[in-house]
Order: sequence, then C-alpha cells, then structure tokens
Amino acid sequence: MAVLENKISVRNLCKTYEMKGNSHEVLRNMSFDVRENEFLVLLGPGQCGKTVLLNILAELEQPDGGEIVFAGGRPRMGEIGFVFQKYALFPWKTVMGNVEMSLKLRGVDKETRRAAAQEYIDMVGLSGFEKALPKQLSGGMKQRVGIARAYASEASIMLMDEPFGALDAQTRYQMEDEILRICEKKKRTVVFVTNNVEEAIYLGDRILLLSSRPSSVKEEYVVDLPRPRKHTDPAFLALRNRIVSNTDLNI
Amino acid sequence: MKLKKKNQIKYFLLSVLGLAAFFGIWELSVRLGWVSDRTLSAPSAVIETLIRKLTDAKPDGSTLPQHFWQSLKLALSSFLVAVVVGVPLGWVMGYYKVADRLLTPLFEILRPIPPIAWIPIVILTMGIGMRAKIFIIFLAAFVPCVINSYLGIRLTDPVKINVAKTFGASPFKIFTTVCIPSSLNMVFTGVRLSLNSSWTTLVAAEMLASSRGLGYMIQLGRTLIRPDIIIVGMITIGITGALLNKLLALLEKKIAPWRYRDEA
Repeated sequence: MAVLENKISVRNLCKTYEMKGNSHEVLRNMSFDVRENEFLVLLGPGQCGKTVLLNILAELEQPDGGEIVFAGGRPRMGEIGFVFQKYALFPWKTVMGNVEMSLKLRGVDKETRRAAAQEYIDMVGLSGFEKALPKQLSGGMKQRVGIARAYASEASIMLMDEPFGALDAQTRYQMEDEILRICEKKKRTVVFVTNNVEEAIYLGDRILLLSSRPSSVKEEYVVDLPRPRKHTDPAFLALRNRIVSNTDLNI
Repeated sequence: MKLKKKNQIKYFLLSVLGLAAFFGIWELSVRLGWVSDRTLSAPSAVIETLIRKLTDAKPDGSTLPQHFWQSLKLALSSFLVAVVVGVPLGWVMGYYKVADRLLTPLFEILRPIPPIAWIPIVILTMGIGMRAKIFIIFLAAFVPCVINSYLGIRLTDPVKINVAKTFGASPFKIFTTVCIPSSLNMVFTGVRLSLNSSWTTLVAAEMLASSRGLGYMIQLGRTLIRPDIIIVGMITIGITGALLNKLLALLEKKIAPWRYRDEA
C-alpha cells in the first residue's frame, strides 16, 4: 500500500457538557490522524461521545479545547459529507430531491445536478426509485439514499455515524458489502463510527478503539486482512477477541 | 371474511338505529306535546322549513342560499386574512429569536382572550359594519394559525437541520428549505382549527347589526319564536363546517402528502 498522507489531524480534543449543574466530560485529550482515502473505523461503547466527535469534525459543534488540522485547510461547510444514523431524509422530497439537495443549495444548475445525482442513485442501486418518497422505502433503502446524498455533495471526507445501527442484521450485512463496493469505486476518506466489533473488522483499514467516557483513543488496530473478509476466518476471530478483551464495559 | 362482512352490516345498522332513535324521540316529544312546538320544532317541521327557505325570503328577508352565501363570504375572507398573516408570523416567531422575544409575550396575553370578549371594544372603535365583523372572526382564526406554525418550526428535527448545515446552507436557506416544509403538517392542523373557530365565531359576529347571514337568521328566529328557522340555521352551519373541514383535509393530502412525524 502506498504511503498515505494525513488528511485530518485531531489533537487533544476536549468537550464537556454542563447539564443541570452536573458536568459531563465526553472527550478528554482525543488525538488521532485520519489518512487520505483510508477507511477509518472509530469503535467505542455506547454513549462514549462518538457522535459528538463526528459533529465536531463536521463543525456542527465546537470543542472546548484542542485542534483539528485538515490537509489543505479547513473545509468549508458542504465539503464534508455526513451519513446520519437515523437517515434524516427530507420526507417531503423524493429520492432524487434528497440526493440532489446539496448541489441545489450550492446553486448548481438543474441539468448538471440531476445528472450527478442520477449517478449516485444508480451507484447505491436505487435506479427506478427516483420519484419515490422516503416513506415508501425500507430502512436499508432509506440509508442508501442517505449514502447517495452524502456522496453527491462531492465532499472528499465522509463521516458516517453508525449508519447501519438501525437496520436488521440481514440488511446490515448487505449494506456493509455495499459501502465497501462504493468506497472501492469512489475513493473518499471515510470516518466510520460503530459500536459493533464485527462491523469494524469487516470494514476498516484501521480501527481506533475508544475508551468509555470521558473517551480518548485507547488502542489502534491495523486490519491487514484481504477483502472480502470472512467473519469465520481465524485471523478475523483472533483480532475480534483481542479487541473485545480490550473493550471497556459501559454500564 | 364472511364474518367481517356480517359485522360490518351489524355496525352499520347500529349507527342507523342510533340516529333513528335520536330523531324518533325528538319527533315524538314534540308530537306528543312533551315539549311545546313554540320552543322546539319536530324534525319533520325543520325539514319542511329547510326546503321552503331555499327559495322563500319570508319571514327574515332573505332566502337560505342568500344567508349562507353572505356568511360564507364573511367567514372565508376573515379566515384567509388570518392564514395569510398568521402562518408567516408563526414561522418567523418560531425561527428568529428576535421576533420570538419581541412578540411572544404580547401574544401570550392576547391569546387567552376569547374572540367574543373583543366585541364591545370592536364596536366602539370600528362600529358595527363589515369591517368590525371581519376583524372579530379574524381574531378567532388568527391565534391557532400562529401557534401551530410556531410549534411546527420549533419541532423541526434538529438532525435534519444538521443535514442542511453539512450542505453549507445559510440560516435563511435552512428556514425555507427545512423548517418550513417540515412544519407544514402542523400548519395544516392550525389552519383547520382556525377554519373551525372562524365558522363558530360567525354567529357571534353576525349579532352585530346585520341584515343577512346565518347568524342573523338564527337571531331573528329567536325574536320571532321560530325554532324551526333557528334549527335550519344551526344545521346549515354544522354541515358546512364539516364539509369545509373535509375540503382542507383533501388539500393537505395534495400539498403535504408525507405524514406528520413520519420518520424518514
């Protein structure tokens, strides 16, 4: 593999919430690097501040301390794609309307944005559903729209916040293969958050195991298993056991 | 399948029975003289009057369609003004903090005053003409429009706002492309409530000097001791209100076909 450059450097990120006089420290001195075009998985127990971390990366929230350095300078809003756990599609827009929205907001003319959106709709396998409303789609299909929508913004960085967390196991496996196929086709820097160890090993080039709150990076695992990976592969299981025995229980 | 059909017939018959019993007892109580026909008319008499009033202007000066049309114009024009003013106001109050802080306290004080309580002051300041009536009905229709549009904006899913933010949308664009569409179902609820209250305030507003309208007809029915005319007016108001409600529900299905709180 070629030497990958750092796309994002996160240094000493801190975040504390004040709620009803209690302070909840969510992130403590969180530091890590994200390399260009890698699939980085952030694996952590529930409630460990993974969503907060992604929100800070996307500038939806501000950190209390620390810094984030992007190669080539701080991306403007619209230059980071975000796939949300609960799909968050716009129910009044069709599949096409949802996917083309970022381009529309940027003032791209109708013909160009339709063509671009169509490419991503085809990519996630929703050809023929352009005119469907979200409520007519299944959970897996909704998240396909969510992925197409994030990719259509042409952002070079994709943040994915437990995108398959709400799906049933069967659909989840399907979508994991789907996202790998898409990443193969459209090289982007992906930061993927999950609380599922198997999902992390199945997808990631690299896994950062987070500690429970206040969370920081506990351990880094480089997954050098060939793809497609098998959940029953001894090397897969060995890595799984190593990670599980190192995971903080969240009570 | 057969059982289901059997049940359906059973329940239909029950509904018919309920209505028949109601009107039967009503008819009997007048016919048998339990209630004087000077205070309550039998359903048969009401239907007779209803049919006659379709073309006959006696004794109140106008036919039923003329009264109806007058009232409909009055209620709908006030209602439309309330929607056109109230809905955007609620949107702006819901989204912009300055508008919220500036207007909400005032609104909270005005809100609990029933529209009828405005009548005396409206008569003093605006007289008893058409303008005064429109204003009173407007007040009744205005409040639910503002409240529901305001809430619709406030209840916008914050994650959807975040989606728009990651697209680089400006606050104004977020307002117009995310908050307003997601408020629409709430807005329609408000518009329906406001149509109801404009229609129900109609009678009160037409108590101000008028010479035509359903409210006027009802009032005159009381003066002339004609319960049949009063009931004809009440029924017309009831049926029209129900129909207008249905019409709005259809319009909502057309404009905002996604369902309220539809998780997407």
